[in-house]
Amino acid sequence: MLNLLVAVCLAYVAFLFLVAFGAERAAERGRSAFLRSPWVYTLSLSIYCSAWTFYGAVGSAARNGLEYVAIYIGPTIVMVGWWWVLRKIVRIGRQQRITSVADLISSRYGKSNLLAVFVTLLSVIGTTPYIALQLQSVTLSFASFAGEDSAAALPSEQSTAFWVALGLSLFTVVFGTRNLDANERHHGVVMAIAVEAVVKLCALLAVGIFVVWGLGGGIGPVMARINASEIGVWQVNSGRWTGLILVSAAAFLCLPRMFQVLVVENEDESYLRLASWAFPTYLMLMSLFVLPIAVIGLEVVPKGSNPDLFVLTLPLAEGRDGLALLSFLGGFSSATSMVIVASIALSTMVSNHVVMPIWLMMTGGGATVSGDVRHVVLLARRISIVGVVFLGYLYFRMSGGGTALAAIGIVSFAGVAQFLPALLGGIFWRGATRIGAMIGISVGFFVWAYVMFLPSFGVGVALSETIFNEGLFGLSWLRPYALFGIEGLDPLVHAVMWSMGLNLTGFVIGSLVSFPQPLERLQGMQFVNALDDAQNNRGWSVGAAQSEDLMVMSQRILGATQAQKLFQEQAEGQGLAGYLPEPTSEFLQHLERELSGSVGAATAHAMVAQIVGGAMVSVEDLMAVADETAQMMEYSSQLEAKSGELTRTARQLRQANDKLTQLSVQKDAFLSQISHELRTPMTSIRAFSEILRDTEGLTEAEKAKYSSIIHDETLRLTRLLDDLLDLSVLENGLGSLNLAHGRLGDVIDHALVAAGVNGAGQGARLRVTRSLAQESVMIETDLDRLAQVFINLIANVQKYCDAEAPHLDIRTERSGDSVVVDFIDNGSGIPREVQAIIFEKFWRLAEQKAGGAGLGLAICRKIMVRLGGTIFYLPGQGGAAFRVTVPLENVEVGGISALQ
Amino acid sequence: MGKHVLLIEDEPNIIEAISFLLNRDGWRVDTHSNGIDAVEVVQAKSPDLVVLDVMLPGKSGYDILRELREGAATSDLPVLVLTARGQSRDREMAERFGASRFMTKPFSNAEVLEVVRELVTP
Repeated sequence: MLNLLVAVCLAYVAFLFLVAFGAERAAERGRSAFLRSPWVYTLSLSIYCSAWTFYGAVGSAARNGLEYVAIYIGPTIVMVGWWWVLRKIVRIGRQQRITSVADLISSRYGKSNLLAVFVTLLSVIGTTPYIALQLQSVTLSFASFAGEDSAAALPSEQSTAFWVALGLSLFTVVFGTRNLDANERHHGVVMAIAVEAVVKLCALLAVGIFVVWGLGGGIGPVMARINASEIGVWQVNSGRWTGLILVSAAAFLCLPRMFQVLVVENEDESYLRLASWAFPTYLMLMSLFVLPIAVIGLEVVPKGSNPDLFVLTLPLAEGRDGLALLSFLGGFSSATSMVIVASIALSTMVSNHVVMPIWLMMTGGGATVSGDVRHVVLLARRISIVGVVFLGYLYFRMSGGGTALAAIGIVSFAGVAQFLPALLGGIFWRGATRIGAMIGISVGFFVWAYVMFLPSFGVGVALSETIFNEGLFGLSWLRPYALFGIEGLDPLVHAVMWSMGLNLTGFVIGSLVSFPQPLERLQGMQFVNALDDAQNNRGWSVGAAQSEDLMVMSQRILGATQAQKLFQEQAEGQGLAGYLPEPTSEFLQHLERELSGSVGAATAHAMVAQIVGGAMVSVEDLMAVADETAQMMEYSSQLEAKSGELTRTARQLRQANDKLTQLSVQKDAFLSQISHELRTPMTSIRAFSEILRDTEGLTEAEKAKYSSIIHDETLRLTRLLDDLLDLSVLENGLGSLNLAHGRLGDVIDHALVAAGVNGAGQGARLRVTRSLAQESVMIETDLDRLAQVFINLIANVQKYCDAEAPHLDIRTERSGDSVVVDFIDNGSGIPREVQAIIFEKFWRLAEQKAGGAGLGLAICRKIMVRLGGTIFYLPGQGGAAFRVTVPLENVEVGGISALQ
Repeated sequence: MGKHVLLIEDEPNIIEAISFLLNRDGWRVDTHSNGIDAVEVVQAKSPDLVVLDVMLPGKSGYDILRELREGAATSDLPVLVLTARGQSRDREMAERFGASRFMTKPFSNAEVLEVVRELVTP
């Protein structure tokens, strides 16, 4: 018998594995239509009925009469009467991609991880005894089944529990962490628990039918026996009932495992419509035969048997082994499905809110987008699952599987019910704040722990008898069962009243006095208004309209041509004509990728989600969009900087080009000028040489005259070439300076002699006055070049001074490190309008034909620059006046730089 | 005798050379050496031919030429333009302003005589 039981168990587990595996495969292949059935969803909700309900309801009925019904009424009220609350939670869960009840609460209150950690810990504390309870139920049922078979060696309770825990961990790890979908849906697990839901319902119904018709002799007699029984008396303790209904309703919404199947695993909001009546029906069927089984069980089963196991022991006592086996499987299913889903839900919370933040903190969070995070998350999930299940096992071992566990169901319910104010307040009251939630949950939790959880271990276990009788620290108003001196209440009512009451009070007051952070306010608005947004109410079946919207959007981003091409290709790929493909997930992913090339991944996702999912853009999405925008702005400002740089470069180039053009024009003018200056003497030379050659009968005087003209013009040409070469050398900074020390007066003497002053000829007419005392100054410079400047200036006076008695005054004066030499004549001077250009090349005073090429002053200026001095025209001196400044000691000035 | 030429040129040696050549060829030669009043001198002397330098002090030969062409009496007057700036642009300018002939310095004496004779055909 025992071997058969083990074999059936193993076969059943193998069957569940197959179901889960098949569902996963089907989901992978996309043939998930049957998985997406609202029936599967509804059946998966039945994990509410754990072993505590499967076995415990009968036990409860046997002890307390109809009270067990309250546990079913709570969820029924939620499903039927509060379906709109559920719908809102489901909607928010989908929109915000909520992964757990901890995630929901933390997300609502500004992504507070502290809150998430708190909720996670509370959930673990509340769930661990519950898992222990499931292990105990399996162990007990196994033992009572096997107890019939005295021949076989009975395995110890603990080893049974161990193996069950191990098997459950394995199953959950395999199917609960196969992949890391963003939506956290587990098709295999959901399918398996749906099958288990059918098994446990069938098992309970089968036992019930056997009891009513097989043992009780039909409905009438059974009703009569129930009425005769003392448990059939309708004794309603209204306070306790209210408390039970409230707690079970709250737990239905807040239990991590219920949240997992209700919200996280939900494929489609519309499933709620079926579930809202089908699940209460399921609960009703589950409770239908509880009372008959309890009543008949009390009569048939020997006194002293555990009424919790009537469902199992009744068929066994009647020798119906097959039925008993089915019943065992029903209980087994109830226990395992609860443990599996609970451990998935808890592992998600533990890994997301406890392990990952710690890991990221330890690794510096640097690898948040790399692939190894995936492995870390999966590993964290797996370890968490095993940890959660074995925590339950440990609790089972520690508590010794005693009767203390029996009451743990409702204690656990009351514990998670502490989330309810923060949860409901969060989605209906925008004023709810993180501080309020923290205060409410923590106050509720501590009150619950003190007045319900710790006392549940029994007097003298967790809390000493003194505390029970005299209160904490001897304060009588802190007695666990009579808080604030209110005595005589049912412990459950007492606990619920105080924990929930203080929780709610703390939550409301905390929210009112604190001020929400920006993120919190934003999230609060999204949560509270989740159902209001008209766009969100669009269903999933308006494919064409969505595609059109997508097309409109894509055209804006990609440009009309490319967007139309993309849509047409996709429509073709789906075998459709025209431009509007069905918005399948493949298409949407493809589109998102295409768009992300233009606007960034986060923005693309937000845009597509906005149109298709009807999902509101989450804060993370917005943050990601903002990040992208910031990056783009950064990039754009870089571009702007580059563009500014280019503009500057372009301006410089334009300026350089202008300068080159100008230089080119100057060069052309210069060449033109040189051409003129060279051709003019050549013209005379050629003309007169032809005259000399071709003309017969020239007089000797004519010959001499014309020959001398040719000679003079040749000299003029040579001079011009010399000047040009000189200028070229000076302009290019070529040629070295011949530095020497000398007396300034000697240089002037030399210049006057070279210019022919005081000698014979034309220049002799010029009278010169000098400041001889000052001329004794010693200078270090290129004395020949300086003399060249002086000669030029003196020659100009000789050529251009138009006074009757030409006079040149050469004035010398020390001025700091320099000596200043002025050349002032008594002519009419240089007109003001041309004073600025006399140092330019080829400039000549009009109408003055002095034979120069107009290069003299240009050369003078080059020389003075080279010598580190200056030469200027000095206006207002009566005649023409030039001022030459010579440094006393040579300061080497680079040729080219000197020009600039 | 219709062989009266006005030479407008500022280089003394060139004036001397051209005057010598044209005198020998039987021309009556008048000279003028600045651009400012050149047009008035032409109108006053009404020569059969003008030999005009371009780079003149006071006024450019081209400006003188344009003014001559605008004047009714001198619009058909033969003008030989001489320039020492032997660039193609100068030839274009001379043609645009209505030069009868254009020659670059240094010139061949024989060519000058030939052109002058051509321009003034009895």
